Amino acid sequence: MPFDISMHIAGLNLRNPTMLAAGILGMTGLSLRKVWNAGAGAVVTKSISFQPRLGYKNPTIVDVGYGFLNAMGIPNPGVYEYVEEAKIAISEGELVIIVSLYGNTPLEFAKMARIVETAGVNAVELNLSCPHVKLGGMEIGTNPTIIDKIVKTVKKHINIPVFTKLTPNISDIKTIARAAEDAGSDGIVAINTVKAMAIDVESGRPLLANKYGGLSGPAIKPIALRCVYEIAQSVNIPVIGCGGITDWKDAIEFFLAGASAIQIGTAIAYKDVNIFGEIIKGIKCYLKRKGYNNIKEIVGLSHT
Amino acid sequence: MSQKFKNIRRRNVHIEDIIEETLNVKTILFRDKFCQLAKPGQYVMIWIPGIDEIPMSISVRNRLSLSGVTVEQVGEATEELFKKTLGDIIGIRGPFGNWFQPNTGNVALVSGGTGIASLFPLIETLIKTSAKIVAVLGFKSLKEIIFLNRIRKLLSDKRYHRIIVTTEDGSYGQKGLATDVVSSLLKKETFKMIYTCGPELMMRRVFDLAEESRTHIQVCLERIIRCSVGLCGSCFIGEYRVCKEGLVLSSEQLRQVKDEFGTFKRDFNGVKMHFKTTH
Repeated sequence: MPFDISMHIAGLNLRNPTMLAAGILGMTGLSLRKVWNAGAGAVVTKSISFQPRLGYKNPTIVDVGYGFLNAMGIPNPGVYEYVEEAKIAISEGELVIIVSLYGNTPLEFAKMARIVETAGVNAVELNLSCPHVKLGGMEIGTNPTIIDKIVKTVKKHINIPVFTKLTPNISDIKTIARAAEDAGSDGIVAINTVKAMAIDVESGRPLLANKYGGLSGPAIKPIALRCVYEIAQSVNIPVIGCGGITDWKDAIEFFLAGASAIQIGTAIAYKDVNIFGEIIKGIKCYLKRKGYNNIKEIVGLSHT
Repeated sequence: MSQKFKNIRRRNVHIEDIIEETLNVKTILFRDKFCQLAKPGQYVMIWIPGIDEIPMSISVRNRLSLSGVTVEQVGEATEELFKKTLGDIIGIRGPFGNWFQPNTGNVALVSGGTGIASLFPLIETLIKTSAKIVAVLGFKSLKEIIFLNRIRKLLSDKRYHRIIVTTEDGSYGQKGLATDVVSSLLKKETFKMIYTCGPELMMRRVFDLAEESRTHIQVCLERIIRCSVGLCGSCFIGEYRVCKEGLVLSSEQLRQVKDEFGTFKRDFNGVKMHFKTTH
Protein backbone atom coordinates (compact mmCIF):
# COMPACT_ATOMS: atom_id res chain seq x y z
CA MET A 1 0.00 0.00 0.00
CA PRO A 2 1.43 3.42 -0.89
CA PHE A 3 2.39 5.49 2.13
CA ASP A 4 -0.33 8.06 2.76
CA ILE A 5 0.82 11.60 3.54
CA SER A 6 -2.47 13.38 2.87
CA MET A 7 -3.41 16.17 5.24
CA HIS A 8 -6.68 17.71 6.34
CA ILE A 9 -6.22 21.40 7.07
CA ALA A 10 -8.98 23.87 7.88
CA GLY A 11 -11.44 21.98 5.74
CA LEU A 12 -9.05 21.42 2.85
CA ASN A 13 -8.11 17.90 1.86
CA LEU A 14 -4.53 17.98 0.64
CA ARG A 15 -3.01 14.98 -1.12
CA ASN A 16 0.26 15.96 0.56
CA PRO A 17 1.38 18.81 2.83
CA THR A 18 3.47 20.74 0.27
CA MET A 19 2.23 23.97 -1.30
CA LEU A 20 3.54 26.44 -3.82
CA ALA A 21 4.23 29.68 -1.93
CA ALA A 22 2.56 32.93 -3.00
CA GLY A 23 4.42 35.13 -5.44
CA ILE A 24 6.29 32.32 -7.12
CA LEU A 25 5.22 31.46 -10.70
CA GLY A 26 1.42 31.61 -10.33
CA MET A 27 0.86 34.50 -12.73
CA THR A 28 -1.07 32.29 -15.16
CA GLY A 29 -3.46 29.37 -14.85
CA LEU A 30 -1.14 27.10 -16.79
CA SER A 31 1.80 27.93 -14.52
CA LEU A 32 -0.25 26.83 -11.50
CA ARG A 33 -1.14 23.61 -13.26
CA LYS A 34 2.53 22.99 -14.01
CA VAL A 35 3.32 23.10 -10.28
CA TRP A 36 0.30 20.94 -9.44
CA ASN A 37 1.43 18.39 -12.00
CA ALA A 38 4.90 18.42 -10.42
CA GLY A 39 3.26 17.10 -7.23
CA ALA A 40 2.36 20.05 -4.99
CA GLY A 41 -0.53 19.40 -2.60
CA ALA A 42 -1.91 22.90 -3.22
CA VAL A 43 -0.92 25.97 -5.17
CA VAL A 44 -1.05 29.55 -3.90
CA THR A 45 -1.37 32.23 -6.57
CA LYS A 46 0.55 35.44 -6.90
CA SER A 47 -0.96 38.14 -4.70
CA ILE A 48 -3.91 39.67 -6.49
CA SER A 49 -5.08 43.25 -6.00
CA PHE A 50 -8.35 44.88 -6.98
CA GLN A 51 -6.80 47.05 -9.69
CA PRO A 52 -4.06 45.81 -12.03
CA ARG A 53 -0.51 46.55 -10.86
CA LEU A 54 2.51 46.79 -13.16
CA GLY A 55 4.96 46.14 -10.33
CA TYR A 56 8.34 47.78 -9.99
CA LYS A 57 11.06 48.21 -12.54
CA ASN A 58 13.97 45.79 -12.67
CA PRO A 59 16.09 44.85 -10.84
CA THR A 60 13.25 43.22 -8.94
CA ILE A 61 15.33 40.32 -7.70
CA VAL A 62 18.88 39.99 -6.43
CA ASP A 63 20.71 36.80 -5.60
CA VAL A 64 22.54 37.45 -2.34
CA GLY A 65 24.16 34.03 -2.18
CA TYR A 66 22.16 32.57 0.69
CA GLY A 67 18.79 33.50 -0.75
CA PHE A 68 17.06 36.05 -2.91
CA LEU A 69 16.11 39.61 -2.24
CA ASN A 70 13.02 40.67 -4.16
CA ALA A 71 10.80 43.64 -4.65
CA MET A 72 8.43 42.79 -7.45
CA GLY A 73 5.77 45.27 -6.35
CA ILE A 74 2.94 42.72 -6.59
CA PRO A 75 2.50 42.79 -10.38
CA ASN A 76 -0.87 41.31 -11.32
CA PRO A 77 -3.71 41.89 -13.78
CA GLY A 78 -6.29 42.74 -11.11
CA VAL A 79 -8.88 40.42 -9.63
CA TYR A 80 -11.38 40.43 -12.52
CA GLU A 81 -8.80 39.46 -15.13
CA TYR A 82 -7.09 37.03 -12.76
CA VAL A 83 -10.17 34.92 -12.05
CA GLU A 84 -10.00 33.85 -15.69
CA GLU A 85 -6.52 32.46 -15.03
CA ALA A 86 -7.76 30.81 -11.84
CA LYS A 87 -10.55 29.17 -13.84
CA ILE A 88 -8.00 27.78 -16.30
CA ALA A 89 -6.12 26.28 -13.35
CA ILE A 90 -9.29 24.82 -11.83
CA SER A 91 -10.61 23.42 -15.11
CA GLU A 92 -8.50 20.32 -14.64
CA GLY A 93 -10.50 19.16 -11.61
CA GLU A 94 -8.52 17.90 -8.63
CA LEU A 95 -6.26 20.95 -8.27
CA VAL A 96 -6.35 22.74 -4.90
CA ILE A 97 -5.92 26.47 -5.42
CA ILE A 98 -5.53 29.17 -2.79
CA VAL A 99 -5.69 32.75 -4.00
CA SER A 100 -3.41 35.23 -2.28
CA LEU A 101 -5.10 38.60 -1.84
CA TYR A 102 -3.58 42.01 -1.35
CA GLY A 103 -5.96 44.86 -0.56
CA ASN A 104 -5.99 48.40 0.74
CA THR A 105 -9.08 48.21 2.93
CA PRO A 106 -10.97 45.42 4.73
CA LEU A 107 -13.87 45.77 2.27
CA GLU A 108 -11.56 45.57 -0.72
CA PHE A 109 -10.14 42.29 0.64
CA ALA A 110 -13.70 41.02 1.14
CA LYS A 111 -14.84 42.02 -2.35
CA MET A 112 -11.93 40.20 -3.95
CA ALA A 113 -12.49 37.17 -1.72
CA ARG A 114 -16.11 36.94 -2.91
CA ILE A 115 -15.10 37.19 -6.54
CA VAL A 116 -12.58 34.36 -6.28
CA GLU A 117 -14.89 32.25 -4.13
CA THR A 118 -17.55 32.51 -6.84
CA ALA A 119 -14.93 31.43 -9.39
CA GLY A 120 -14.56 28.20 -7.42
CA VAL A 121 -11.20 28.48 -5.67
CA ASN A 122 -10.59 26.42 -2.52
CA ALA A 123 -9.35 29.07 -0.09
CA VAL A 124 -7.86 32.54 0.20
CA GLU A 125 -4.61 33.66 1.79
CA LEU A 126 -4.49 37.24 3.05
CA ASN A 127 -1.18 38.90 2.28
CA LEU A 128 -0.88 41.14 5.32
CA SER A 129 2.85 41.04 5.20
CA CYS A 130 4.46 42.22 1.99
CA PRO A 131 7.58 44.15 3.03
CA HIS A 132 7.96 46.23 -0.11
CA VAL A 133 4.67 47.94 -0.88
CA LYS A 134 3.79 51.39 0.38
CA LEU A 135 0.13 50.94 1.25
CA GLY A 136 -1.15 47.87 2.98
CA GLY A 137 1.15 44.88 3.20
CA MET A 138 3.43 44.89 6.18
CA GLU A 139 2.16 48.18 7.58
CA ILE A 140 -1.30 46.71 8.11
CA GLY A 141 0.10 43.32 9.05
CA THR A 142 1.91 44.61 12.13
CA ASN A 143 -1.21 46.12 13.65
CA PRO A 144 -3.45 43.62 15.51
CA THR A 145 -6.48 45.94 15.31
CA ILE A 146 -6.29 46.20 11.52
CA ILE A 147 -5.66 42.46 11.16
CA ASP A 148 -8.77 41.87 13.25
CA LYS A 149 -10.85 44.10 10.98
CA ILE A 150 -9.62 42.59 7.74
CA VAL A 151 -9.97 38.96 8.80
CA LYS A 152 -13.40 39.52 10.33
CA THR A 153 -14.66 41.38 7.25
CA VAL A 154 -13.39 38.70 4.87
CA LYS A 155 -14.80 35.87 7.03
CA LYS A 156 -18.20 37.59 7.05
CA HIS A 157 -18.32 37.61 3.24
CA ILE A 158 -17.14 34.11 2.24
CA ASN A 159 -17.47 30.49 3.29
CA ILE A 160 -14.18 29.05 2.03
CA PRO A 161 -11.21 28.89 4.46
CA VAL A 162 -9.20 32.04 5.12
CA PHE A 163 -5.48 31.83 5.82
CA THR A 164 -3.55 34.80 7.12
CA LYS A 165 0.06 35.24 6.06
CA LEU A 166 2.17 37.03 8.63
CA THR A 167 5.26 39.16 8.50
CA PRO A 168 8.34 38.35 10.59
CA ASN A 169 9.20 42.06 10.61
CA ILE A 170 7.66 42.57 14.04
CA SER A 171 8.95 42.20 17.57
CA ASP A 172 6.29 39.72 18.69
CA ILE A 173 4.70 37.57 16.00
CA LYS A 174 2.57 35.72 18.58
CA THR A 175 0.41 38.81 19.13
CA ILE A 176 -0.60 39.16 15.50
CA ALA A 177 -1.06 35.40 15.14
CA ARG A 178 -3.50 35.48 18.06
CA ALA A 179 -5.26 38.50 16.57
CA ALA A 180 -5.77 36.56 13.34
CA GLU A 181 -7.05 33.51 15.23
CA ASP A 182 -9.41 35.55 17.38
CA ALA A 183 -10.80 37.23 14.27
CA GLY A 184 -11.69 33.84 12.83
CA SER A 185 -8.75 33.01 10.55
CA ASP A 186 -8.75 29.31 9.67
CA GLY A 187 -4.98 29.08 9.60
CA ILE A 188 -1.73 31.02 9.82
CA VAL A 189 0.92 31.12 7.11
CA ALA A 190 4.34 32.09 8.44
CA ILE A 191 6.43 33.74 7.30
CA ASN A 192 6.55 36.27 4.49
CA THR A 193 9.95 37.63 3.46
CA VAL A 194 12.25 39.54 5.81
CA LYS A 195 12.68 43.22 4.96
CA ALA A 196 16.20 43.71 3.68
CA MET A 197 18.43 45.42 1.12
CA ALA A 198 21.65 45.20 -0.87
CA ILE A 199 23.93 47.93 -2.19
CA ASP A 200 26.23 47.89 -5.19
CA VAL A 201 29.61 49.19 -4.05
CA GLU A 202 30.69 50.44 -7.50
CA SER A 203 27.73 52.66 -8.25
CA GLY A 204 26.90 53.16 -4.58
CA ARG A 205 23.24 52.44 -5.35
CA PRO A 206 20.80 50.00 -3.79
CA LEU A 207 20.57 47.03 -6.13
CA LEU A 208 16.80 46.75 -6.10
CA ALA A 209 14.96 49.42 -8.06
CA ASN A 210 12.67 49.74 -5.02
CA LYS A 211 15.71 49.97 -2.69
CA TYR A 212 14.08 47.71 -0.05
CA GLY A 213 12.87 44.22 -0.66
CA GLY A 214 12.10 40.97 1.05
CA LEU A 215 14.70 38.31 1.74
CA SER A 216 13.75 34.70 1.07
CA GLY A 217 15.57 31.38 0.80
CA PRO A 218 17.93 29.43 3.07
CA ALA A 219 19.03 32.61 4.90
CA ILE A 220 15.62 33.05 6.54
CA LYS A 221 14.83 29.44 7.40
CA PRO A 222 15.95 29.68 11.04
CA ILE A 223 13.83 32.82 11.47
CA ALA A 224 10.81 31.16 9.88
CA LEU A 225 11.25 28.08 12.03
CA ARG A 226 11.40 30.15 15.20
CA CYS A 227 8.24 32.01 14.16
CA VAL A 228 6.35 28.78 13.43
CA TYR A 229 7.48 27.36 16.78
CA GLU A 230 6.27 30.45 18.65
CA ILE A 231 2.97 30.67 16.76
CA ALA A 232 2.23 26.97 17.24
CA GLN A 233 2.54 27.54 20.98
CA SER A 234 0.11 30.43 20.98
CA VAL A 235 -2.74 29.46 18.62
CA ASN A 236 -4.97 26.42 18.08
CA ILE A 237 -5.51 26.86 14.34
CA PRO A 238 -3.18 25.11 11.85
CA VAL A 239 0.11 26.78 10.97
CA ILE A 240 1.57 26.55 7.48
CA GLY A 241 5.34 26.93 7.51
CA CYS A 242 7.09 28.96 4.84
CA GLY A 243 10.60 30.34 4.53
CA GLY A 244 13.72 28.83 3.04
CA ILE A 245 12.54 25.23 2.78
CA THR A 246 14.91 23.60 0.32
CA ASP A 247 14.86 19.88 1.14
CA TRP A 248 12.89 17.25 3.07
CA LYS A 249 14.89 17.84 6.25
CA ASP A 250 13.83 21.48 6.26
CA ALA A 251 10.24 20.34 5.78
CA ILE A 252 10.44 17.88 8.70
CA GLU A 253 11.92 20.61 10.91
CA PHE A 254 8.85 22.75 10.24
CA PHE A 255 6.47 19.88 11.06
CA LEU A 256 8.33 19.26 14.30
CA ALA A 257 8.09 22.97 15.07
CA GLY A 258 4.33 22.79 14.69
CA ALA A 259 3.50 23.32 11.01
CA SER A 260 0.73 21.19 9.50
CA ALA A 261 1.83 21.99 5.96
CA ILE A 262 4.71 23.78 4.26
CA GLN A 263 5.13 26.16 1.37
CA ILE A 264 7.98 26.17 -1.11
CA GLY A 265 9.10 29.14 -3.17
CA THR A 266 12.67 30.25 -3.62
CA ALA A 267 14.03 26.70 -3.71
CA ILE A 268 12.41 26.35 -7.14
CA ALA A 269 15.26 28.51 -8.42
CA TYR A 270 17.72 25.88 -7.19
CA LYS A 271 15.88 22.64 -7.94
CA ASP A 272 13.01 23.66 -10.23
CA VAL A 273 9.49 22.29 -9.72
CA ASN A 274 10.87 18.77 -9.22
CA ILE A 275 11.52 19.87 -5.65
CA PHE A 276 7.93 18.95 -4.73
CA GLY A 277 8.42 15.31 -5.69
CA GLU A 278 11.78 15.22 -3.98
CA ILE A 279 10.48 16.63 -0.70
CA ILE A 280 7.39 14.40 -0.69
CA LYS A 281 9.59 11.36 -1.19
CA GLY A 282 11.90 12.50 1.60
CA ILE A 283 9.00 13.03 4.00
CA LYS A 284 7.65 9.54 3.29
CA CYS A 285 11.07 7.93 3.85
CA TYR A 286 11.49 9.78 7.12
CA LEU A 287 8.07 8.78 8.47
CA LYS A 288 8.65 5.18 7.46
CA ARG A 289 12.14 5.04 8.93
CA LYS A 290 10.98 6.57 12.22
CA GLY A 291 7.93 4.33 12.41
CA TYR A 292 5.26 7.03 12.14
CA ASN A 293 1.97 6.41 10.37
CA ASN A 294 1.25 9.94 9.20
CA ILE A 295 2.44 13.52 9.43
CA LYS A 296 -0.01 14.42 12.19
CA GLU A 297 2.05 12.35 14.58
CA ILE A 298 5.08 14.61 14.20
CA VAL A 299 3.36 18.01 14.03
CA GLY A 300 4.65 20.03 16.97
CA LEU A 301 6.64 17.13 18.36
CA SER A 302 9.57 19.38 19.28
CA HIS A 303 7.38 21.12 21.86
CA THR A 304 7.02 18.05 24.07
CA MET B 1 24.74 25.59 -3.95
CA SER B 2 26.60 28.89 -4.28
CA GLN B 3 29.34 27.44 -6.49
CA LYS B 4 26.93 25.91 -8.98
CA PHE B 5 24.86 29.06 -9.26
CA LYS B 6 27.70 31.57 -9.36
CA ASN B 7 26.78 32.81 -12.82
CA ILE B 8 23.42 34.04 -11.54
CA ARG B 9 25.11 36.44 -9.13
CA ARG B 10 25.38 39.98 -10.39
CA ARG B 11 28.85 41.34 -11.12
CA ASN B 12 30.13 44.62 -12.53
CA VAL B 13 32.03 44.81 -15.78
CA HIS B 14 33.67 47.67 -17.64
CA ILE B 15 32.64 48.41 -21.20
CA GLU B 16 35.86 47.62 -23.04
CA ASP B 17 34.77 48.17 -26.63
CA ILE B 18 31.78 49.43 -28.55
CA ILE B 19 30.96 48.59 -32.15
CA GLU B 20 28.61 51.08 -33.81
CA GLU B 21 26.57 48.79 -36.04
CA THR B 22 24.08 51.37 -37.32
CA LEU B 23 22.79 54.74 -36.17
CA ASN B 24 20.72 53.11 -33.44
CA VAL B 25 22.34 49.72 -32.93
CA LYS B 26 25.52 49.18 -30.97
CA THR B 27 27.39 46.11 -29.79
CA ILE B 28 28.75 46.58 -26.28
CA LEU B 29 31.72 44.45 -25.32
CA PHE B 30 32.95 43.49 -21.87
CA ARG B 31 35.16 40.89 -20.21
CA ASP B 32 33.38 38.07 -18.38
CA LYS B 33 34.45 34.46 -18.06
CA PHE B 34 30.90 33.09 -17.83
CA CYS B 35 29.72 34.90 -20.96
CA GLN B 36 32.76 33.74 -22.86
CA LEU B 37 31.52 30.17 -22.32
CA ALA B 38 27.90 31.00 -23.18
CA LYS B 39 26.05 28.67 -25.53
CA PRO B 40 24.43 30.08 -28.68
CA GLY B 41 21.03 31.56 -27.84
CA GLN B 42 21.74 32.29 -24.17
CA TYR B 43 21.12 35.72 -22.69
CA VAL B 44 22.36 37.95 -19.88
CA MET B 45 20.58 40.44 -17.68
CA ILE B 46 22.17 43.86 -18.07
CA TRP B 47 21.79 46.29 -15.20
CA ILE B 48 22.01 50.01 -15.86
CA PRO B 49 22.29 51.41 -12.31
CA GLY B 50 19.37 53.59 -11.33
CA ILE B 51 17.45 52.86 -14.54
CA ASP B 52 16.47 49.25 -15.23
CA GLU B 53 17.69 45.74 -15.81
CA ILE B 54 16.99 44.17 -19.20
CA PRO B 55 17.53 40.79 -20.87
CA MET B 56 19.91 40.80 -23.87
CA SER B 57 21.02 37.91 -26.04
CA ILE B 58 24.74 37.32 -26.16
CA SER B 59 25.83 38.21 -29.69
CA VAL B 60 29.59 38.03 -29.27
CA ARG B 61 31.70 35.46 -27.45
CA ASN B 62 35.42 35.44 -27.24
CA ARG B 63 36.29 38.29 -29.55
CA LEU B 64 39.80 38.97 -28.21
CA SER B 65 38.45 37.43 -24.99
CA LEU B 66 35.56 39.88 -24.86
CA SER B 67 31.85 39.06 -24.90
CA GLY B 68 29.06 41.33 -25.96
CA VAL B 69 25.44 42.16 -26.50
CA THR B 70 23.86 44.02 -29.38
CA VAL B 71 21.56 46.81 -28.31
CA GLU B 72 18.90 48.56 -30.35
CA GLN B 73 17.74 51.90 -29.04
CA VAL B 74 14.07 51.24 -28.38
CA GLY B 75 13.20 52.47 -24.88
CA GLU B 76 14.43 54.17 -21.72
CA ALA B 77 16.79 51.39 -20.67
CA THR B 78 18.40 50.90 -24.07
CA GLU B 79 18.69 54.66 -24.49
CA GLU B 80 20.64 54.87 -21.23
CA LEU B 81 22.77 51.92 -22.28
CA PHE B 82 23.45 53.78 -25.51
CA LYS B 83 24.84 56.74 -23.59
CA LYS B 84 27.43 54.54 -21.90
CA THR B 85 30.96 54.80 -23.18
CA LEU B 86 34.28 52.98 -22.91
CA GLY B 87 35.26 52.35 -19.30
CA ASP B 88 31.73 52.77 -17.93
CA ILE B 89 30.39 50.09 -15.64
CA ILE B 90 27.33 47.91 -16.19
CA GLY B 91 26.05 45.06 -14.04
CA ILE B 92 25.52 41.64 -15.56
CA ARG B 93 24.09 38.29 -14.49
CA GLY B 94 23.92 35.13 -16.51
CA PRO B 95 24.26 33.58 -19.00
CA PHE B 96 20.75 32.23 -18.59
CA GLY B 97 18.38 30.02 -20.52
CA ASN B 98 18.71 27.03 -22.80
CA TRP B 99 20.39 27.18 -26.19
CA PHE B 100 20.08 26.27 -29.84
CA GLN B 101 20.83 22.61 -30.53
CA PRO B 102 23.28 22.48 -33.45
CA ASN B 103 22.52 20.19 -36.36
CA THR B 104 24.57 18.68 -39.15
CA GLY B 105 23.60 18.74 -42.82
CA ASN B 106 21.42 21.30 -44.56
CA VAL B 107 20.14 23.96 -42.14
CA ALA B 108 18.49 27.35 -42.57
CA LEU B 109 18.77 30.44 -40.39
CA VAL B 110 16.07 33.06 -40.63
CA SER B 111 16.40 36.42 -38.95
CA GLY B 112 14.39 39.60 -38.81
CA GLY B 113 16.12 42.87 -37.92
CA THR B 114 18.42 42.67 -34.91
CA GLY B 115 17.36 39.04 -34.38
CA ILE B 116 20.48 38.13 -36.33
CA ALA B 117 22.54 39.16 -33.28
CA SER B 118 21.11 36.24 -31.29
CA LEU B 119 21.78 33.83 -34.14
CA PHE B 120 25.37 34.90 -34.76
CA PRO B 121 26.99 32.69 -32.06
CA LEU B 122 25.01 29.78 -33.52
CA ILE B 123 26.58 30.34 -36.94
CA GLU B 124 30.01 30.12 -35.30
CA THR B 125 29.01 26.78 -33.80
CA LEU B 126 27.34 25.42 -36.93
CA ILE B 127 30.33 25.91 -39.22
CA LYS B 128 32.27 23.61 -36.89
CA THR B 129 29.67 20.84 -37.20
CA SER B 130 30.12 20.98 -40.98
CA ALA B 131 26.54 22.07 -41.58
CA LYS B 132 25.51 23.50 -44.94
CA ILE B 133 24.00 26.81 -44.02
CA VAL B 134 21.48 29.01 -45.77
CA ALA B 135 21.25 32.33 -43.96
CA VAL B 136 18.15 34.38 -44.76
CA LEU B 137 18.55 37.81 -43.25
CA GLY B 138 15.59 40.15 -43.35
CA PHE B 139 15.88 43.89 -42.70
CA LYS B 140 13.62 46.88 -43.20
CA SER B 141 16.16 48.72 -45.34
CA LEU B 142 19.84 49.05 -46.23
CA LYS B 143 20.61 51.36 -43.34
CA GLU B 144 19.43 48.78 -40.81
CA ILE B 145 21.64 45.96 -41.99
CA ILE B 146 23.94 44.62 -39.26
CA PHE B 147 26.40 41.72 -38.91
CA LEU B 148 26.46 41.07 -42.68
CA ASN B 149 30.23 41.40 -43.11
CA ARG B 150 30.94 39.17 -40.13
CA ILE B 151 28.56 36.54 -41.47
CA ARG B 152 30.06 36.75 -44.96
CA LYS B 153 33.46 36.05 -43.42
CA LEU B 154 32.14 33.01 -41.54
CA LEU B 155 30.15 31.65 -44.47
CA SER B 156 32.75 32.47 -47.10
CA ASP B 157 32.89 28.93 -48.49
CA LYS B 158 30.31 29.23 -51.25
CA ARG B 159 30.36 25.50 -51.98
CA TYR B 160 28.44 24.95 -48.75
CA HIS B 161 26.89 28.18 -47.60
CA ARG B 162 24.50 30.77 -48.99
CA ILE B 163 23.48 34.19 -47.70
CA ILE B 164 20.23 35.78 -48.84
CA VAL B 165 19.49 39.32 -47.71
CA THR B 166 16.05 40.87 -48.04
CA THR B 167 14.94 44.43 -47.41
CA GLU B 168 11.34 45.52 -47.26
CA ASP B 169 12.01 48.62 -49.36
CA GLY B 170 14.35 46.89 -51.78
CA SER B 171 17.28 49.16 -50.90
CA TYR B 172 19.54 46.11 -50.65
CA GLY B 173 19.35 42.47 -51.74
CA GLN B 174 15.98 41.01 -52.59
CA LYS B 175 12.97 43.21 -52.10
CA GLY B 176 10.45 41.67 -49.73
CA LEU B 177 10.30 39.65 -46.53
CA ALA B 178 12.57 36.94 -45.23
CA THR B 179 9.50 34.73 -44.88
CA ASP B 180 8.86 34.94 -48.67
CA VAL B 181 12.34 33.53 -49.24
CA VAL B 182 11.74 30.77 -46.68
CA SER B 183 8.49 29.86 -48.39
CA SER B 184 10.15 29.41 -51.78
CA LEU B 185 13.22 27.66 -50.32
CA LEU B 186 11.01 25.08 -48.61
CA LYS B 187 9.33 24.29 -51.94
CA LYS B 188 12.67 23.41 -53.52
CA GLU B 189 14.78 21.82 -50.81
CA THR B 190 14.65 20.10 -47.46
CA PHE B 191 16.33 21.22 -44.28
CA LYS B 192 17.33 19.26 -41.20
CA MET B 193 16.57 22.28 -39.04
CA ILE B 194 15.43 25.88 -39.26
CA TYR B 195 16.64 28.38 -36.66
CA THR B 196 14.87 31.68 -36.34
CA CYS B 197 15.00 34.89 -34.33
CA GLY B 198 13.15 38.11 -35.01
CA PRO B 199 9.72 39.68 -34.58
CA GLU B 200 7.28 37.11 -33.21
CA LEU B 201 4.82 37.35 -36.11
CA MET B 202 7.66 36.64 -38.54
CA MET B 203 8.75 33.64 -36.47
CA ARG B 204 5.18 32.37 -36.30
CA ARG B 205 5.00 32.51 -40.11
CA VAL B 206 8.30 30.62 -40.36
CA PHE B 207 6.97 28.05 -37.87
CA ASP B 208 3.79 27.57 -39.92
CA LEU B 209 5.84 27.13 -43.11
CA ALA B 210 8.11 24.66 -41.31
CA GLU B 211 5.10 22.68 -40.06
CA GLU B 212 3.62 22.52 -43.56
CA SER B 213 6.86 21.06 -44.90
CA ARG B 214 7.44 18.86 -41.83
CA THR B 215 10.69 20.64 -41.00
CA HIS B 216 12.04 20.90 -37.46
CA ILE B 217 12.46 24.39 -36.09
CA GLN B 218 14.03 26.17 -33.14
CA VAL B 219 12.66 29.58 -32.27
CA CYS B 220 14.21 32.21 -30.00
CA LEU B 221 11.41 33.91 -28.05
CA GLU B 222 11.11 37.21 -26.26
CA ARG B 223 8.95 37.75 -23.17
CA ILE B 224 9.05 40.03 -20.15
CA ILE B 225 11.87 38.72 -18.00
CA ARG B 226 12.34 39.77 -14.40
CA CYS B 227 13.98 37.16 -12.21
CA SER B 228 15.54 35.08 -15.04
CA VAL B 229 15.78 32.04 -12.76
CA GLY B 230 12.28 30.61 -13.21
CA LEU B 231 10.74 32.04 -10.04
CA CYS B 232 8.58 35.04 -10.72
CA GLY B 233 6.45 33.71 -13.58
CA SER B 234 6.48 36.90 -15.67
CA CYS B 235 7.59 35.14 -18.84
CA PHE B 236 5.22 32.20 -19.28
CA ILE B 237 4.14 30.97 -22.68
CA GLY B 238 1.83 28.03 -22.02
CA GLU B 239 3.59 25.94 -19.40
CA TYR B 240 7.05 27.13 -20.38
CA ARG B 241 9.05 29.79 -18.61
CA VAL B 242 10.83 31.58 -21.43
CA CYS B 243 13.56 32.78 -19.00
CA LYS B 244 14.52 29.26 -18.05
CA GLU B 245 13.00 26.69 -20.41
CA GLY B 246 13.60 29.15 -23.28
CA LEU B 247 14.51 31.37 -24.90
CA VAL B 248 14.72 28.62 -27.51
CA LEU B 249 11.63 26.47 -28.04
CA SER B 250 11.44 23.45 -30.36
CA SER B 251 8.71 22.39 -32.80
CA GLU B 252 7.22 20.00 -30.22
CA GLN B 253 7.08 22.73 -27.58
CA LEU B 254 5.70 25.31 -30.01
CA ARG B 255 2.85 22.97 -30.96
CA GLN B 256 1.88 22.92 -27.26
CA VAL B 257 1.67 26.71 -27.18
CA LYS B 258 0.40 27.41 -30.68
CA ASP B 259 -2.59 29.34 -29.37
CA GLU B 260 -0.22 31.83 -27.70
CA PHE B 261 2.82 31.88 -29.99
CA GLY B 262 2.39 34.80 -32.37
CA THR B 263 -0.98 35.69 -30.80
CA PHE B 264 -0.23 37.38 -27.49
CA LYS B 265 2.36 37.94 -24.83
CA ARG B 266 1.87 39.25 -21.32
CA ASP B 267 2.52 42.75 -20.06
CA PHE B 268 4.32 43.57 -16.80
CA ASN B 269 1.02 43.04 -14.93
CA GLY B 270 0.28 39.74 -16.63
CA VAL B 271 -2.39 41.19 -18.93
CA LYS B 272 -2.44 39.71 -22.44
CA MET B 273 -1.04 41.97 -25.17
CA HIS B 274 -1.99 40.86 -28.65
CA PHE B 275 0.52 41.10 -31.47
CA LYS B 276 -0.48 43.51 -34.19
CA THR B 277 -0.34 42.29 -37.75
CA THR B 278 1.37 44.90 -39.88
CA HIS B 279 1.67 42.92 -43.10
